[in-house]
Amino acid sequence: MTSPVPEEGTGHDAGVPSDTAAVPAVRLSGITKRFPGVVANSDVHLGVRAGEVHALCGENGAGKSTLMKILYGMQQPDEGTIEVEGREVVFRSPADAIDAGVGMVHQHFMLADNLTVLENVLLGAEKLHGIGRRARARVSELARRAGLTVDLSLLVEELGVADRQRVEILKVLYRGARIVILDEPTAVLVPQEVDELFATLREMRADGYTFLFISHKLDEVRAIADAVTVIRRGTTVGTADPRTVTSRQLAEMMVGSELPSPETRVSSVTDVEVLRVEGLTLRSEGSERPLLDSIDLTVRAGEIVGIAGVEGNGQVELVEAVMGMRRAHAGTVRLSGVDLTSKGTMARREAGIGYVPEDRTRHGLLLDEPLWSNRILGFQSRRPVSSGAWLSIEGARTDTTRIVEQFDVRTPGIDVAAGALSGGNQQKLIVGRELSGDPVLLIASHPTRGVDVGAQAGIWEHIKTARANGLAVLLVSADLDELIGLSDTIKVIYGGRLVADADPRSVTPEDLGAAMTGAGEVGTDDGGTDDGGTDDGGTDRSTRGGDR
Amino acid sequence: MGSIRAKLLPPALAIAFAVLLCAVTLLFSGSSPLEALGAMVGSLGRGTTAVDVVNTATSYYIVALAAALGFQMNLLNIGIEGQYRLAACVAAIVGGAVTLPFGLGVVVTMLAAAATGAAWVGIAALLKVYRGVSEVISTIMLNALSFGVIAYLISSDMFGELRGNNIGTPYLPESSRVPGFSFGSSGTVFGMVLVAAALGVGYWVLMNRTRFGFELRASGKSPTAAAAGGVNAKKMILVTLLISGAVAGLAGLPELLGRDHTFSLNFPAGYGFTGLAVALLGRNNPVGIAFGALLWAFLDKSRLALDNVGVPSEIVTIMQGSIVLSVVVAYELVRRVELRAEQRRVGGQNPPGSGEPRPVSAGGAV
Repeated sequence: MTSPVPEEGTGHDAGVPSDTAAVPAVRLSGITKRFPGVVANSDVHLGVRAGEVHALCGENGAGKSTLMKILYGMQQPDEGTIEVEGREVVFRSPADAIDAGVGMVHQHFMLADNLTVLENVLLGAEKLHGIGRRARARVSELARRAGLTVDLSLLVEELGVADRQRVEILKVLYRGARIVILDEPTAVLVPQEVDELFATLREMRADGYTFLFISHKLDEVRAIADAVTVIRRGTTVGTADPRTVTSRQLAEMMVGSELPSPETRVSSVTDVEVLRVEGLTLRSEGSERPLLDSIDLTVRAGEIVGIAGVEGNGQVELVEAVMGMRRAHAGTVRLSGVDLTSKGTMARREAGIGYVPEDRTRHGLLLDEPLWSNRILGFQSRRPVSSGAWLSIEGARTDTTRIVEQFDVRTPGIDVAAGALSGGNQQKLIVGRELSGDPVLLIASHPTRGVDVGAQAGIWEHIKTARANGLAVLLVSADLDELIGLSDTIKVIYGGRLVADADPRSVTPEDLGAAMTGAGEVGTDDGGTDDGGTDDGGTDRSTRGGDR
Repeated sequence: MGSIRAKLLPPALAIAFAVLLCAVTLLFSGSSPLEALGAMVGSLGRGTTAVDVVNTATSYYIVALAAALGFQMNLLNIGIEGQYRLAACVAAIVGGAVTLPFGLGVVVTMLAAAATGAAWVGIAALLKVYRGVSEVISTIMLNALSFGVIAYLISSDMFGELRGNNIGTPYLPESSRVPGFSFGSSGTVFGMVLVAAALGVGYWVLMNRTRFGFELRASGKSPTAAAAGGVNAKKMILVTLLISGAVAGLAGLPELLGRDHTFSLNFPAGYGFTGLAVALLGRNNPVGIAFGALLWAFLDKSRLALDNVGVPSEIVTIMQGSIVLSVVVAYELVRRVELRAEQRRVGGQNPPGSGEPRPVSAGGAV
């Protein structure tokens, strides 16, 4: 996620990175990759010196992943050349890349849970050293290097996330990789684990391994990387020295200079309570561990209440419990004084709750269906898209046209499938739909995640306008700048409890980041530091948190 | 969505491919493909075959609608086989037991069939909703159970009567029979063909014009999005399976009310599985299913003609199998091409580098 900062020029020259080492480990020149309708990478230049940790930064959708898939042979570039250790190579498949010594650790692990660590490493690489004693010796040696201390005969399902990640690294090392691509390796880790991972990376760097580290967490990048290349809108905009650059300067490079601001400073908060949640408790199935622990929350008309937290601390559960998609074990949910606790999702929607879900493709849209059909979803019991048991196709089409115009959804028509739109336009459609029918409360989960800057500004604007008209908004976001900019009140969620309140007028992203890790109260003085210890504004723990 | 071309091209390609495949098979087995094709098409010219095709297709159409209802929300009602046979059996018993004025008897018989079909699948539906039992497993087991229940019901101790070496329910009174459209020596087309057509229209209206149909399709396309959109998944599973079972229950009636007037040991079996294939062939579309049902019935009936010219009639089974497989593949191919084209069209709206910035990876991520 972006960390949008006020408009300023970038402090760095854009251009081809200069490499001082004789032969760069990896050099990408003029890489261009087109997908139908979009250019994912255009004229990308990247040079990585041997034995360094090279960070690749950019917002979601900037083209980092595509670039790495090209380097790993999962996709072929339309133009441009790849050089590995001075030799020009053409990768037709990941196997070619591995042969050339390039390995990749994916963000989502690809391990067989019911096999042991050793079996997982050997699976598919039996030809190298067989599956006997020789293989085990080799794996043990590499395991030490990768900092994996667990017994190799343990089942992977018994391992924690950090160890699983080590197993993934071990897999690529075993296959002979000297250049390892790490795709957002810290997204799934807690802070201490991040530190341990970094320690391992430093040791391995000393052993001569080269790392390409993909991230958008700027403080982490500055903590580990020897060089940073920033990618924006599919092209490299420049490199920076992490020792001298600040997070703010990096953020500016990542998002360019036409930054909109999420700020809403004129308060429109009224004293009319819209949402009142009391003692909301939700336990995970089959265990007593609370996912939500006695949550008390009030959102008033014209107020935006922001929920800050590292992903996986109960945000998803809170939203789904308020929406009625999950049944709370205790507590009440009231909307404008009406008790909705025992009501289902449809009844809650009819009572006036709009819902912008976290994952628009899974929860927000029917991708195969045309836009007008998607307008009906969630509103199938209400005018103008239905009357009683019957749908009103005409009403749905007319209202979809209104949304397309009013919310600037870029589409050739309302008959195209929702899946054909870009992420930003899909999101604008959803926001437009959920603001239809005069809701009294909008629950917005990461409303601008993975959308481009233009759409982001539009969505912020619509939320602000609705708030000014008296809408109550519950905003969950991993983008701290968005939270601070939009919210009237910020609450920090940690371990399923609301642990702290923050005033968005005085809090800094750094303070908020510290509170999110459970470090305690949000300090209002002792302003933010840039020492890399806390999460930056772009905190985005895992893009798929909350999947079940 | 897609154009007419996108809808018609895949099945046409698939059928052409299946014909080609069968031609090759025939050549290998030493028969002449042209002769076989000639015999198959030629048999249609005889009126009796044509009437037979339409009559069989009527039942196929109804079972396929029942299957399609489940398919639309990713429910596999494998139990249609058991539902339609048990329903026909109960309907024959009920229809034979009551004597009502004309019309009313038919209605009562049909209601009995629908209720039985729904009740039988209802067991699987309740197991799925409250116990999470896969409907595939439970309906298969219910199929096996239905054979036993039917055998018990038509035994002479219960409702059956012995006729020669056959056993069956008493004949339906005149008031519970459905007259057909006579084509003289060619035979009689079942009057139930009108009921089947009405079911097709009803199915289309339900799917495309009602809130229930929308929720059903939404649940099938994305259970998560449907849940977020306020669709009650349990209720949808229950109601959809009940409707599917009720429709399935009607599938045995064309034969029962139009020709046999009794449920006996030779009551036709196997329609349930045909229905799954026909629904696939018709892509859950009522018009597509009609064509699929006719094609399937035609292929079934052409076995006889093939036997007459000395071509192994198993070729028909090969053809049916290859048509279904090719249709599934062809639609998937066309769907991908269409989506690609649509993305390009959407992308063309605002070419990269001009106007508003757009997320560069969107196309790759979708």
